Amino acid sequence: MATVSIAAATEVPVHTYPKQYLYRRVVRAKLYIDEHYASTLDLTNIADEACFSKFHFTRLFKTIYGKTPHQYLTEVRIHRAKEMLAGEATVARACFSVGFDSITSFTGLFRRRVGLTPAAFQKTTLAKRDEIAVRPLKFVPNCFVGKRGWSE
Amino acid sequence: MITKLNHVSIFVLDQTSAHDFYVNKLGFTVNTDAEMGPGKRWLTVCPPEQPDLEITLMAIDEGMMFKKEAAEQMSDLVSKGTFGFGVFECNDLNATYEELIAKGVEFTKPPTKEFYGYEALFKDDSGNWFSLGQKE
Repeated sequence: MATVSIAAATEVPVHTYPKQYLYRRVVRAKLYIDEHYASTLDLTNIADEACFSKFHFTRLFKTIYGKTPHQYLTEVRIHRAKEMLAGEATVARACFSVGFDSITSFTGLFRRRVGLTPAAFQKTTLAKRDEIAVRPLKFVPNCFVGKRGWSE
Repeated sequence: MITKLNHVSIFVLDQTSAHDFYVNKLGFTVNTDAEMGPGKRWLTVCPPEQPDLEITLMAIDEGMMFKKEAAEQMSDLVSKGTFGFGVFECNDLNATYEELIAKGVEFTKPPTKEFYGYEALFKDDSGNWFSLGQKE
């Protein structure tokens, strides 16, 4: 990393680069997925949001994010489902709340991506949460415990 | 033989605000969030693709680690943007820059081609700064 003076960089220049308008439209579509993942989204909705043809949009999205919009949507839904399961939602509630319409397909996708079934993930996560509440020092490296003066 | 780095600390002015910044703006995941007694919190987050590197969002509070004067000095230095704690990586710098700008993250240097690569600089909500580069 080069030495950079933050003080000298307080005036950030207006930034432009080639194809900036395309980047902005694709990023807008990505943020649209982040916000509307629980809705019945399809590629047409998302491409329309970014004012692209479906083919052009998919190609650009994959170039930038390394995955198709549909793959990304699935990833966001699984991520949100993990958050819900960690918050004690039932598997069915997590499944339908994040936009999946079949518990069977949700469970299969979840297991392939996370390595655990939703139920097993929830059990593991809640067990860790409960252990943190009872024995928090187990999760803090000893050097910090000593420096902070924390004790059981 | 040392094989890995698994914890690194970033001193922050407010852990609740830092939690919001690192999770909701940067997209990191919480690894451990533990109450360590009244007003004491152990909070670690991980970059999405690096679940085994815990970034500790460390409060600058008066106690064994910082005496009152040292805590005030440290808070002052952090808020003035004294510390650069590391280099983050993304797949596409332009896209990540546009997304973080849209989320209100403050950049002190936009994506810029340098002799060593394509780089931007941003600040967290406390004032700590980071370089952001992209995979070559």
